[in-house]
Amino acid sequence: MTVQITSANFQKEVLESPIPVIVDFWAEWCRPCQMLGPIIEEISNEKAGLIKVGKVNVDQEGVLAGQFRISSIPTVMAFNNGKATAQVIGLLRKDDLLKRLGF
Amino acid sequence: MYDVLIVGGGPAGISAAVYLQRFKRNIIVIAKDHGALGSTTHIENYYGFENPITGKELVEAGFAQARRLGVNIHENEEVLSINGSGPFNIKTNGGEYLTKTVLLTTGMNRPNLRVKGFTTLQGKGISFCGICDGFLYRNKKIGILGAGDFMAEELEVLRNFSNNLTVFTNGESLSVSTHEYPVVTEPLVELLGVDSLTGVKTQAKTYDLDALFIAAGTPSASDFAVRMGAFVNQKNEIEVDPNFSTNIAGLYAAGDCIGGLLQISKAVSDGAQAALAINKYLKTITS
Repeated sequence: MTVQITSANFQKEVLESPIPVIVDFWAEWCRPCQMLGPIIEEISNEKAGLIKVGKVNVDQEGVLAGQFRISSIPTVMAFNNGKATAQVIGLLRKDDLLKRLGF
Repeated sequence: MYDVLIVGGGPAGISAAVYLQRFKRNIIVIAKDHGALGSTTHIENYYGFENPITGKELVEAGFAQARRLGVNIHENEEVLSINGSGPFNIKTNGGEYLTKTVLLTTGMNRPNLRVKGFTTLQGKGISFCGICDGFLYRNKKIGILGAGDFMAEELEVLRNFSNNLTVFTNGESLSVSTHEYPVVTEPLVELLGVDSLTGVKTQAKTYDLDALFIAAGTPSASDFAVRMGAFVNQKNEIEVDPNFSTNIAGLYAAGDCIGGLLQISKAVSDGAQAALAINKYLKTITS
């Protein structure tokens, strides 16, 4: 299960999360994002309880996307203890993605 | 509606075309030029030729061979975009085509701009895909690098997002219309910005920009693949399975664009294997 992240819940769900968080910045019209979607979903199921997985729709959350200077999607970020620890741009396979996010 | 549209007329594309034509498939080859082989003057490691041959001779012999079998080859035509999936809609500078499957055999053409900042600012304001990233720059200052049909195609996409567009031809002469948008023809000397792109610099002037979209030359196989959501590795090679299929049903790739041994022999083999796999796939889909 992924969590929908908004400006309103970002602080609580991401920055104050007791476990690491992966955040997928995406949009419906972006085909690489559509291909990444199921991979993100898979990670959320496999890592349930270990890693929280959130999704930010950049169309609806322009301010949040701007705050992290998201300039290309899909962009996936990792957060740990309230800090951004990694950022990966583009469509990657699950293992590659997790490795480059530091998991 | 074609069964197979092959992008590229090199050894992988033509080899696939020959097999598919003999399978009586309805196919078309769109070949922009003679590719990397066109500029190869001396080939003596390819099977069956007593004396060295030029790449041009080999490519032309391939075209002649395919045409003798009835293959429809559109030379000097450039694919600009591939949309949809089963069927795919292909737009070229000569027309539009519908096809059940696509085989990418365009060779390896890595976008490369020898300008300071190009590598470090990729994904930080430098983008290779208007339809992927244009929306993120709504009403911002956008630059487009390019001078031909590919640039014009990206311009069409990007003008949906912003009116603040400038075309940078980087020293090339402009071959297409840019509507009312300003054009800078001077070569770029530096891309500016630390955390993200802030502008570009020519010898004479600095231009403030929020994003620069690269659409120079011709779109490569990986440009198409990225836009369509196919896996492309960090070397810009398209990832395919043993059947030369990408992760998108009906989209195949073969030859140099999937990496491995960059040799004619391997491209020919790829093309043949891809053709067999595509023929099998076509039997499984109705319509």
